[in-house]
Amino acid sequence: MNELLSVNGVTKHFRGLLAVDKATFDVAEGEIFAVIGPNGAGKTTLFNMIAGAYAPDGGSISFAGERIENLAPDQICRRGIARTFQIVRPFPALTVEENVIIGALLHHDDVDEARERAHFLLRRLELYDKRLQIASSLTLPDRKRMELARALATEPKLLLLDEVMAGLRPTEIDRIVAILRELNRETGLTILLIEHVMRAVMALASRILVLHHGAVIAHGKPNAVVRNTAVIDSYLGAEAVS
Amino acid sequence: MIRRLIAGVPARALLLLGVLFICFAAAPWFVGDYLLTVLILILYSAYTGQAWNIMMGFAGQLSLGHALYVGLGAYTAAALYVHFGLGPWIGLAVAVPVASLTGAFVGFLAFRFRVAGVYFAILTIAFAEFARVGFDHLGWTNASSGLFLPVAQYAYNDLWQLRGHPVMFYYVLLAATALAFVFCRALLKSRVGYFWLAIREDEEAARSAGIDTFHYKMVAVVISAAMTSFAGVVYAFYYNNLFPEQVFNISRSIDIILGPIVGGIGTLFGPILGSFVIEIIGEGLRSLLELFGIDVPGIKQVVFGVVLLLVVLAMPDGVWPWLVRKLGLTERRA
Repeated sequence: MNELLSVNGVTKHFRGLLAVDKATFDVAEGEIFAVIGPNGAGKTTLFNMIAGAYAPDGGSISFAGERIENLAPDQICRRGIARTFQIVRPFPALTVEENVIIGALLHHDDVDEARERAHFLLRRLELYDKRLQIASSLTLPDRKRMELARALATEPKLLLLDEVMAGLRPTEIDRIVAILRELNRETGLTILLIEHVMRAVMALASRILVLHHGAVIAHGKPNAVVRNTAVIDSYLGAEAVS
Repeated sequence: MIRRLIAGVPARALLLLGVLFICFAAAPWFVGDYLLTVLILILYSAYTGQAWNIMMGFAGQLSLGHALYVGLGAYTAAALYVHFGLGPWIGLAVAVPVASLTGAFVGFLAFRFRVAGVYFAILTIAFAEFARVGFDHLGWTNASSGLFLPVAQYAYNDLWQLRGHPVMFYYVLLAATALAFVFCRALLKSRVGYFWLAIREDEEAARSAGIDTFHYKMVAVVISAAMTSFAGVVYAFYYNNLFPEQVFNISRSIDIILGPIVGGIGTLFGPILGSFVIEIIGEGLRSLLELFGIDVPGIKQVVFGVVLLLVVLAMPDGVWPWLVRKLGLTERRA
């Protein structure tokens, strides 16, 4: 197994609060890896450290063999890690198309080329017909897919998805699950996702990491993880296993 | 290049733009001396507003100290002329780097140390004030007594020395405004333009999309400062006298931003239309009052305030986006 992302003993404090406690795991190239856990477990903090929004207090993060824990978000994106935000952050006054063009301009100097690339992704994410709408006028599911398109437009090797299914209806979840699975299969895109929607996690993830109070309490294949008693007690609840 | 500049612009809009330009070009034959000075004021305000708009309207960085760059341009060119007899275009070649470097310095301090939003605006005011106080004590430019250029002979127009009739200044500013308009359109349709809009809309998200926001904000400040300094050079040779108290005054900075705010921040036509609206209303009212023998000093400023208030309340996007909808021209607020 070829590691794309290696997280080694990463720790983050916010004043007295230990948000992430020596988290260690690897994400292999081409896999879909899920991080789950109750609210406040430190998932988004972990995520923000990988994406460069926070620098860890301790430990190291390597991507494609290079240390990245002290890089800024834009430098990390240029190395091939793209992210979405838990609370979507579109460029509100711009059109859907412009939002995605901005992502595509990272690797295309020419605006027309970037637009073509954006159109390709918008078709793929079923947003092409809405490309001239202003981003702030979109519904939440559309905004989430637009943000996904913008992240994909930067041509990442690793895609970080922070609760991209939250607030969506089951049919919309299935739609995004299908798109992600297709992208992963066709382009070999590696995906690291934080998710509460177990329906999506079970459908997508090849491995799952469970965080609780900042610490890793379980790590492994989905079927094994959901039967782990610590996970059931802290997060899933007894009724999840039936 | 040209194809890209006009891509997506309706034919009606292009036609109107052409008609407008012809009207501007022909105006000196039809207006008197007084109206000509008003038109010069409008063009000056439109040009500086366009330059300011690059920073605020495109990249989202509020500068309330743009008088700094006008003043630096004006003083650089005027001092070189007075002391060494160097003409305004050579002065411009020095003024542009001076203003750009100053802009880069202000920008570096602000963006390196994450001074953003209102605090950034305060920093820009502070630098304009530093300059005002500094030039008030700078003997080389005659300190607070003011720097005077030999008064122009209107006998002939010397474009090379910028000495001549106001009509010449009118055409210089018209050319500058037209070029600035085209240049800003090109910027907005380029890679850097898209990155600016991303930064304006959400800087965090822009960084996550791989944009080096520090770099692109610096580019915006430097371009804006360089463009603004040209207005300063023209200012110096048009008015022939410079006082730090006037040139660097914060009210000059406010004058610069009024046009784009009234016309529409972030739009290409906003600075031009806004300058028109406020100058016409301001001057119009003053003339009207004069007609009745009433002279109210400062009435223009009061009018500016009222116009600003009305625009902010009734058309927060500015007059131009509203007019676009009325005229059925589909230039969306960029």
